[in-house]
Amino acid sequence: MLGYILRRILAVIPVMLLVAVFVFALLRLTPGDPAAIIAGDMATPAQLERIREAMGLNQPLHIQFITWVGQLLRGDLGTSLISNTPVSSMIAARFGPTLSIALLTILMSVCLAVPMGVIAAWKHRSAADYAVMSFSVLGFSVPVFVIGYVFILIFSLKLGWFPVQGYTPISSGLGPFLLNAFLPALTLTTIYVALIARMTRANMLEVLGEDYIRTARAKGAPERRVLFRHALKNAAVPILTVIGTGFALLIGGVVVTETVFNIPGIGRLTVDAILARDYPVIQAMILLTSFLYVLVNLVIDLSYSFFDPRIRY
Amino acid sequence: MAQDTQPASAMQPLLRLIRLPNFGIAPKIAALVLLVIVVLTLLAPWIVPHDPLAMDPLVRLKGPMEGHPLGTDNFGRDILSRVLIGGRLSLAIGIATAIVAVALGLVIGMVAGFFRTADAIIMRMMDALMAIPSILLAIALVALNGPSVGSVIAAITIPEIPRVVRLVRAVVLAAREEPYVEAAIALGSSMPKILIRHLVPNTLAPLIVQGTYILASAILTEAILSFLGAGVSTETPTWGNIMAEGRMFFRIKPELILYPGLMLSLCILAINLLGDAARDMLDPRLKKRAG
Repeated sequence: MLGYILRRILAVIPVMLLVAVFVFALLRLTPGDPAAIIAGDMATPAQLERIREAMGLNQPLHIQFITWVGQLLRGDLGTSLISNTPVSSMIAARFGPTLSIALLTILMSVCLAVPMGVIAAWKHRSAADYAVMSFSVLGFSVPVFVIGYVFILIFSLKLGWFPVQGYTPISSGLGPFLLNAFLPALTLTTIYVALIARMTRANMLEVLGEDYIRTARAKGAPERRVLFRHALKNAAVPILTVIGTGFALLIGGVVVTETVFNIPGIGRLTVDAILARDYPVIQAMILLTSFLYVLVNLVIDLSYSFFDPRIRY
Repeated sequence: MAQDTQPASAMQPLLRLIRLPNFGIAPKIAALVLLVIVVLTLLAPWIVPHDPLAMDPLVRLKGPMEGHPLGTDNFGRDILSRVLIGGRLSLAIGIATAIVAVALGLVIGMVAGFFRTADAIIMRMMDALMAIPSILLAIALVALNGPSVGSVIAAITIPEIPRVVRLVRAVVLAAREEPYVEAAIALGSSMPKILIRHLVPNTLAPLIVQGTYILASAILTEAILSFLGAGVSTETPTWGNIMAEGRMFFRIKPELILYPGLMLSLCILAINLLGDAARDMLDPRLKKRAG
């Protein structure tokens, strides 16, 4: 077991190294002068030189790469070309809102999606099943920002239940925080629920056809116990996996949702960086989110044996 | 329709797809909705009431009125005309992305599935590519290459490729153990012949399904990129950049987002439903399980 965990953790290194190579290559292998691309058409030669200097573009490629990876390993994500502050401190300042909304989303999604999927599979081909499936197709089909604006239109502008936009940190009280964070989280929840409910339903359907479910029912186990103890526990691993792979979807969704609801998180930071062509920030965000994605999936992988004791390493 | 003639074997899944047998009413409605959207957007240049770029300062942000059935935007441009014309580029970007992603994924996946040495390297690269959130990767690509149609297509295509590669590789790995492939190898068939004659047909059915999902997700991604300010420049309307422009006026005129949003959502919904139906049809095993 310990050997497996160690091997699994070590396997993160080549993946992250390749991600770093991709991110590095993105800028350097784009046709044209990278400095000119970043600075835009109106840049003066002095500005170009400053960018080349700041990003180390004057050196040979392999030196650039090694220096850059070395800086990354020391936690140095570079310096913003616009505000001249370290990218890492910019991200740290914006991380709280994003994290709290993401966590709220995951919590709401799992609490909604898993029961939805279980009921849909349990009452297979019933009205409830079709309702869950329709909702899940809908969740995949409507752009997240349209959902966000429709929610603002209905719940904030028409009904006046929530503030239109903005963010209050959790440190100023749970109530004010939830009032602002609920709609963005609900917006993100619709896409995440679609994904998880669908997966839960598919796996529950498969498990419910197994012999041990029939046995459990035959020996008179109450239906709730059959569903949650016998069936759901056996369907847990693929459901967990999709929560992990869906994390990428969540990141993309966060970027959009923060723009819609005007939340000062890392999503907004990224969007502002695109508009300002602040490449060090974009680059750092790609690296950081990829790392988070790999990390989340690592943790999920390692938790398999907890949910399914048959999985031993 | 040619459904009663004898189709070539490789065409069979395609024809079965067109025929759409008893899969309930949903796929049929979806097909109809999609047909209407495609016909409307294709004919748009001839049927729209106004030039989608023509500004009229006298009728800015108006509701439905004579000559402007859906009202006008902040420049007094006709919303109906813009939404219909905008669909053309959105759909074109989606279709181009689906074709390029499937074609590239097919080639890379075949190489990975058939050549052991290449497999490890290719799959590690695909793992890394999949670890990068696709929206962020696309944003970075557009930010670097400029907001042209080509760079937007490339930006949406690249993150989609690993999924196709994985799919093709899995099919090829399973197929190459089949006796007929082993026989072809033993008989000394050339490598390209084995790949094209024996392996490509196996990948066709899953690729059609995957292609429809990519089409849907590409149209969605285009909209998101435009919304975030990293899409096709607003000189050519797309569903995405119409909504992006409408952001500023959302409180006074939500229709600027809602109408293109509705068209886009209906379109993606229809494609997804057709994709589900195609999947059920082409993979009966999945149908039994999922629905």
